[in-house]
Amino acid sequence: MRYLAEFRQGGLVPGLVDAIARLARPIRIMEVCGGHTHAICRYGLAALLPPEVHLVHGPGCPVCIVPTATVANAVALTDRPEVVVACFGDIMRVPSPRGTLLSRARGTGRVHMVYSPLEALDLARVSPDRQVVFLAIGFETTAPSTAMVLRRAWKDAVSNFTVMSAHYLVPPALRALMRHPATRVDAFIAPGHVSAVIGLRAYDFLCADHGCPVVVSGFEPLDILHSVLMILEQFQRGEATVGNQYRRAVRYSGNETAMAAVSEVFAVADADWRGLGRIAASGLMPAPDYGAWDAAQRYPAPQSDAEDSAECRCGDVLRGIISPADCALFAAACTPENPFGPCMVSTEGTCAAYYRYRDV
Amino acid sequence: METATITLAHGAGGRASDELIRSVVLPALGGASDMTLCDAALISNPGERIAFTTDGFTVTPLFFPGGNIGRLAVFGTVNDLAMVGAVPRYLALSIIAEEGLPMESLRSVLREVGNAAREASVRIVTGDTKVVGSGAVDKLFLTTAGIGTVGGDVPLLSPDQACPGDVVLVSGTMGDHGVAVLSAREGLSFTPQITSDCAPLAHLAGVLLAAAPSLRCMRDPTRGGLASVLNEFARAADAGFEIQEDAVPVRREVAALSEILGLDPLYLANEGKLVAVVGPRDADRALSALRAHPLGLEARAIGTVNADHRGLVVMRTGIGTRRIVEYPTGELLPRIC
Repeated sequence: MRYLAEFRQGGLVPGLVDAIARLARPIRIMEVCGGHTHAICRYGLAALLPPEVHLVHGPGCPVCIVPTATVANAVALTDRPEVVVACFGDIMRVPSPRGTLLSRARGTGRVHMVYSPLEALDLARVSPDRQVVFLAIGFETTAPSTAMVLRRAWKDAVSNFTVMSAHYLVPPALRALMRHPATRVDAFIAPGHVSAVIGLRAYDFLCADHGCPVVVSGFEPLDILHSVLMILEQFQRGEATVGNQYRRAVRYSGNETAMAAVSEVFAVADADWRGLGRIAASGLMPAPDYGAWDAAQRYPAPQSDAEDSAECRCGDVLRGIISPADCALFAAACTPENPFGPCMVSTEGTCAAYYRYRDV
Repeated sequence: METATITLAHGAGGRASDELIRSVVLPALGGASDMTLCDAALISNPGERIAFTTDGFTVTPLFFPGGNIGRLAVFGTVNDLAMVGAVPRYLALSIIAEEGLPMESLRSVLREVGNAAREASVRIVTGDTKVVGSGAVDKLFLTTAGIGTVGGDVPLLSPDQACPGDVVLVSGTMGDHGVAVLSAREGLSFTPQITSDCAPLAHLAGVLLAAAPSLRCMRDPTRGGLASVLNEFARAADAGFEIQEDAVPVRREVAALSEILGLDPLYLANEGKLVAVVGPRDADRALSALRAHPLGLEARAIGTVNADHRGLVVMRTGIGTRRIVEYPTGELLPRIC
């Protein structure tokens, strides 16, 4: 397969690993994308790196950081006979005090799995007697497609369609992370698909304010090894800049059309992140012009008191302070079948990836 | 009088039930519509070891590229018999239909059941039909039970026979059925279309048995895929299984769609493939025999059994690292077979 096979060539690994070993220094590199975490674990990349080069995993899984209360509110909506909640498959298994969307799908038929927001809008068009609520999750990667669909709903005046927005922004979370006193991160592997939308400039503050080299990376094993090497080369040269390893997908200025759609349709708001708490200006809510399509306005939800387990250390995992194995619950009480916290919930979560792909 | 849809009366045991069986079920399955029906089939005792198994089928949609619930119901049970070295002989077929199912859907499924039974050389000798209220099942559920005979020269095939040094074979590409059903269910169009591999394996299994006297066990990697089967083998044998990522055959389009949807072909269902463990001396012969069969053209040796990491399946990745291949957790794809 083009764009995949080339970046999985085992023959190129030794050369990269040697180059990394030559420049190795004590360093903690955080990746901020569930796809990267998954690839690192799936290919056992940590085993190829010198012991002083640590990969730590950040808040990069958009399913994991959705607050329990948001899931509980979506589940509660399915109590209304007129409502159909449309959502992506990976959020359906996330537990909440009111159960999962998956169990409601079976019990009520009022949950519909979709592969794109457009499918949710199409569902509304063909079901005029139902209210379709699209539970929109994701970072900057998926926000543009939700924005395009909201635009279309507005243009065609589709009145039985609303969006429950759980869209989050990555750069504000990284800023909050770096300000947290316990965080120890020397460099970042920045998310590839988020960066395809927002470009490279959005990470400048990590270099300027915190002296961290940043490299935007692809998702295949050679991409990630190459990104580690590019970070070590920056240290070697005494630089801290935003490098682009994922040139086949990411441009310096990102995707302006997508960003324009997002700024038109959404307003930036403070947002609660599961495991990290409230972060200023880190979420996207439908802008006032799109208020009629905002599920939060059509179905005001009571403040939820859903709390995560006190023993769960997902907050520390999401900040890269500890590794999943350092949590007492990991793989004992907390497993993919019975997840305590967000990092075990989604297949892209750090704990789930560690659990699934552990070495012998 | 025949109605256009299935009604509760068709399951009530009266005239409508009888008419349904005589006009729809029996003709499709090769029986005469005026044959005398008894409470049980009488079959002659073949004087050999008997293999006996059952399986239920709830797939949605009923028809998907490359197959349908009727073919699955026959081949699923036939293949389970074949995996213990049996020659499949007789099937029982139990039908649970939802009120309102179009009669034509039932007819086409039963036609496929009849055709599949002929292809697999088994006879459907007994059965049952029930109708339940709308919503109590999803359109149509089928259950088959099967009896096969095991020749006196067939060794005991069981995963606990596998030992270090043995070789693991697969008869072809992994994940075709899972992706075909998923694409059909979710309306994902993809060119070229991915079709299910659903096929009867008894003949292929017989060929393998003849070629490899040291055959330890076979299993068809249906729900849960190759990863499940290897984990079952590793636990039963109390041995380690190590496979090579690059050796596992996966169709290009299956690999591509799996990448897009975040699925792993190792965990996807197959309905016309087998996984086998053979002694090292027979491995080449077994592989050649599989490849000479139309259902085994893409057979590969994918790994070996060892004494190192007992009970665990480990994969050597394409870039030389290794990791554990876990049992699938939770529901990968709701209801695919």
